[in-house]
Amino acid sequence: MLDPVLLFFLLGLTAGLLRSELRLPAAVYDLISMLLLLAIGLKGGVELAKQPFSALAWQTLAVMGMGSLLALLAFGVLRFVGRLPRADAASIAAHYGSVSVATYAVGVDYFTNRQIDFEAQMPLLLAVLEIPAILVGILLARGLSRDMRLGVVAREVFLGKGIVLLVGGLLIGWIAGPEELAPITPLFFDLFKGILALFLLEMGLITAAQFGSLRRYGLFLVLFGICMPLISSTVGIAVGLGLGMSLGGTAMLGILAASASYIAVPAAMRISVPEANPTLSLAAALGVTFPFNVLVGIPIYHAMATHAFELTGGLGP
Amino acid sequence: MNSTTRKLLTVITESALERTLVEDIERLGAHGYTITDARGKGHRGLRSAAWDESGNIRIEVVCDDVTARAIADHLQARYYEHYGMILFVSEVAVLRPEKFG
Repeated sequence: MLDPVLLFFLLGLTAGLLRSELRLPAAVYDLISMLLLLAIGLKGGVELAKQPFSALAWQTLAVMGMGSLLALLAFGVLRFVGRLPRADAASIAAHYGSVSVATYAVGVDYFTNRQIDFEAQMPLLLAVLEIPAILVGILLARGLSRDMRLGVVAREVFLGKGIVLLVGGLLIGWIAGPEELAPITPLFFDLFKGILALFLLEMGLITAAQFGSLRRYGLFLVLFGICMPLISSTVGIAVGLGLGMSLGGTAMLGILAASASYIAVPAAMRISVPEANPTLSLAAALGVTFPFNVLVGIPIYHAMATHAFELTGGLGP
Repeated sequence: MNSTTRKLLTVITESALERTLVEDIERLGAHGYTITDARGKGHRGLRSAAWDESGNIRIEVVCDDVTARAIADHLQARYYEHYGMILFVSEVAVLRPEKFG
C-alpha cells in the first residue's frame, strides 16, 4: 500500500504536470517547512539529551567526511563521464554531497509506520551533513587561490533558514526535555504527518516545474539523478555499519547520503559559483533524485541495509 | 505643491541576491530602499515565486543622479553576466528632496 503522504506528492506532481492552477501561497509553504524543520529538530533534541556526548563527536566527524567524499565522487562522474563544465559539475556535486530535509522527513514517516527505531542523533547528523559538500563544491569550482567570498557563503549556510530551525529545534528540545515540551507536542508531533502531506503536495508541484528543463538537458542528468543516489546510499550504509548503528539508523544514513539538497546548497552556490547554471542542479536534484528517493529509493535503501546486516551481522565501531 | 525631481532606480532580480545587493546599494550612497517580492517571466524562464529558489525581488531606490548612475554601473558590471537581472531608471517628483540626497 502506498503511504498517503506519497499520494499527496503524486497529486502535486500530476496537478503540476497538467498545469493546474493549484499553488500553495508562499507564506503557507514557509510555515509548513518551518514546522517540519522544528519538529525534526525538537524530536532529535529530546532524545539527544539521553545520549553520551563522546560518541556523537566521532559520528559527526565521520558523517562530515562522508559528505565531502560524496561530493568528490559526484564531481568525478559529472566532469569525466558527463563532460560537464567545471562550474556546473562542482555545483551539482555540492547538491549531491549535501542532504534534503524533505527526503529525510519521508524516511522518518516510513520508519515510524513500520515501527523501526533509528538513532536519536539523526537530526544532528542531518544538520551537519548540509555543510561540508558546499565547501567542497566551492573549492572544486574555484580552487584555493582565488577569492572565495567565504564569509558571505558561511553566513548564507549557517544563518540559512534550514540550519537555524533545525539546530534551534534540537537545542530547544534538548534544553526543555519531554515534560516541558508536552504542551506543544500536538502542533509539532501529532500533526507531523498532516504537515508532511501538505509539504509533499507542494514538493510535487515544484518537482513538476523541473521536468521542462530535464527535457532540455537530457538523458545524462536523468541517469545521474538515479544512479548517484544508489551509489551514495551504498556509501551511507557502509558508514552506518562502520559506526555500529542500528538497522534503522544505518538505513537512515543511506537515505541521507542518497538525498540531494535543494534549498541550502542552491542558495550558497548561486552566491559563490554564479557561473554554474542553477537549472541543471535543480532539475537533477528535484526533478529526478527527489521523486526517485521518496517513491522507490527509500524501500530500496531499507532492503539494502537489511541485506548488509544479514551479511555482516552488524559491525561494531 | 513644492516638488523636485529625483531618480527612481528599479531592479528586478533573483531573491538569492538580496543580501549582497542591499550591501552594495548602501555602500554606493543610497539613503534607503524598498524591497518587494516579485514574480514573472523573462528570458531565463518563469519565476513563479512558489518557493524560495524561484523567487524574484524588486528593489526600488529613490536617489540623486550620481548615486543612481553609480549603482546602475556597479550592478551591470558585477551581476549582469551570471544573474537574471533587469534595471531601469525613471524620473520621479518627490516632496521632501532632502530625504534622498
